[in-house]
Amino acid sequence: MSEITDKSSFSGPTSGNKPASMAVFVKKLRSLKAWLYLLPALLFLGIFMVYPLIDVLVYSFEEGYNSASQTSFGTGWFNYAYVLHDPYFLQAVKNTFLIVIITVPLSTLLALLISLALNSIKKLKEVFQTIFFLPYVTNTLAVGLVFMIMFKKTPYTDGLINMILAIFKSGPVDFIDGPYWAKMFVMCFYTIWVVLPFKVLILTSALASVDEVYYKAARIDGTSRFRQFTHITLPMISPMIFYLVITGFIGAFKAYSDEVAIFGTNLNSAGMNTIVGYVYDMLYGDAGGYPSYAAAAALILFAIVFTITVVNLLISKKTSIR
Amino acid sequence: MNDYDQISRKARTARRIRLTFTYALLAFWAVIVLFPFYWMILSSIKSYGSYNAEFTPKFFTTSPTLQNYKDAFTQVSLGRYFLNTFLFTVITTALMLAVIIFAAFAFSRLEFRGKNLVFTLFLSLMMIPSELVIITNFVTITNWGLRNTFTGLILPSVTSVFYIYLLKENFEQIPNDLYKAAKVDGTSDLKYLFKVMVPICSPTIVTVVILKVIECWNAYVWPRLITDDPNYFLVSNGISEIRENGFGRENIPAMMAAVVVISIPLIILFLIFHKKIMAGVSRGGTKG
Repeated sequence: MSEITDKSSFSGPTSGNKPASMAVFVKKLRSLKAWLYLLPALLFLGIFMVYPLIDVLVYSFEEGYNSASQTSFGTGWFNYAYVLHDPYFLQAVKNTFLIVIITVPLSTLLALLISLALNSIKKLKEVFQTIFFLPYVTNTLAVGLVFMIMFKKTPYTDGLINMILAIFKSGPVDFIDGPYWAKMFVMCFYTIWVVLPFKVLILTSALASVDEVYYKAARIDGTSRFRQFTHITLPMISPMIFYLVITGFIGAFKAYSDEVAIFGTNLNSAGMNTIVGYVYDMLYGDAGGYPSYAAAAALILFAIVFTITVVNLLISKKTSIR
Repeated sequence: MNDYDQISRKARTARRIRLTFTYALLAFWAVIVLFPFYWMILSSIKSYGSYNAEFTPKFFTTSPTLQNYKDAFTQVSLGRYFLNTFLFTVITTALMLAVIIFAAFAFSRLEFRGKNLVFTLFLSLMMIPSELVIITNFVTITNWGLRNTFTGLILPSVTSVFYIYLLKENFEQIPNDLYKAAKVDGTSDLKYLFKVMVPICSPTIVTVVILKVIECWNAYVWPRLITDDPNYFLVSNGISEIRENGFGRENIPAMMAAVVVISIPLIILFLIFHKKIMAGVSRGGTKG
């Protein structure tokens, strides 16, 4: 095979009349070229992915690390112990788990319902699809601000939501600075609002890809619609549902910017911090400057997410075999 | 009336009821999705006085004003945030495209020792959550003295293992014969890559660009860590800054004007390219 592009290297003194050594040389050269193509990616990944991965482990075991003098007392589990006893962290874990447990099943179910509805209509289908997707392309921090003012109760106004609640003779409740459950409600509502577009999109295309033949056969047999759903639709789209549940769990465990959008940057004082928020607060900000605690918290989060993902995968495997 | 008529009428009624319910559900959710947008536009055109005078918020306004938009651009540096985000988005996307195109090409077309090993290592990096590596990256960028610079903002986000993977899969679908033919013709690898492979795979590249632009426009965490000088704020940080100490005392209409301005570019892009964007996200999106 001719390597015409590298002509210049062929004319060099090293390439004599020995075809064997030349072949080796060409091979080496081409290999070198491949590494050259890979170099930028390798460099960036090495510096910003691989090295940090090792470094974060080191940080998490360095006790009393001081980022100014870059010294530590020694190594051990102290950072983990500190984080696990920090009331702010425990609050963050509680908040995160509540958000996960509430929003993942609810958003998946709602997305399934909406996709089924979308799939059963013809008129206006595309219009609805476009509308439902809109939150995906908006800046979550910006729109979070709108949710904040809709739910907020100030001395000047009870806010829009309280006005609606008043019709039902309840409230007013301050959803932003008020009781914990009210804040959690806004949080979950906004989270679902934000994550739904992606789920609806995925499920709609999964539903559309189920072969019409199955339904025709079922209809000839006089199968009820409910049975059609449980025996045809659900099994056919279950891989996609599992995919959404797994990515939903991972995404919800990393909740952070939606919280900032609603409650502002000081999440600890709002009592609405999440694990990721705790990591960032430890790293930087008013209470920051503790990369060791941040690292320990981040690794705890990773352990949680990893365990849950593995459990999810095992369940999905078992279910799909059955 | 015979049985058949009765049954078919019954079926038709059932169908109508079902359709009504379906449309009602869809319309209900559409209202929930659209209402915040309506509310932010509405609030942004109410004047400061009239907004604060409404103890019970009104669903319309009789005297719309654009004063808030003027305030949004003059009282806070919204224009600056905008420009920063635009630059950040363009540069990051361009650099990332270069990096991933070269890497995907190496993995899909070139032969070299350790290719499979390196690719497996790449794939395993996909499992690493960004929260884990951001701590060291923050320290690295700080040590390099790159805080409050565009370089510091951009550098960590110019590679994506997932996009390399997506592109590599697509590159591999191009028949190898084409590559060999090009070689025989004396086409250089680089020329082949940009004259043949990139054009063929442009749908995938468009997908990647779309996803990256959305990601950049909404970037919040990293910019927040790396910038505390408002001159380098992106829109997300800008909005959070505006919220905390923007227009003085709780000027919500002006705040909403800023929110509208920030949301509009992506919404316009979306309305123009909604088919492409939705197809792209369903192929490679991860959010939520």
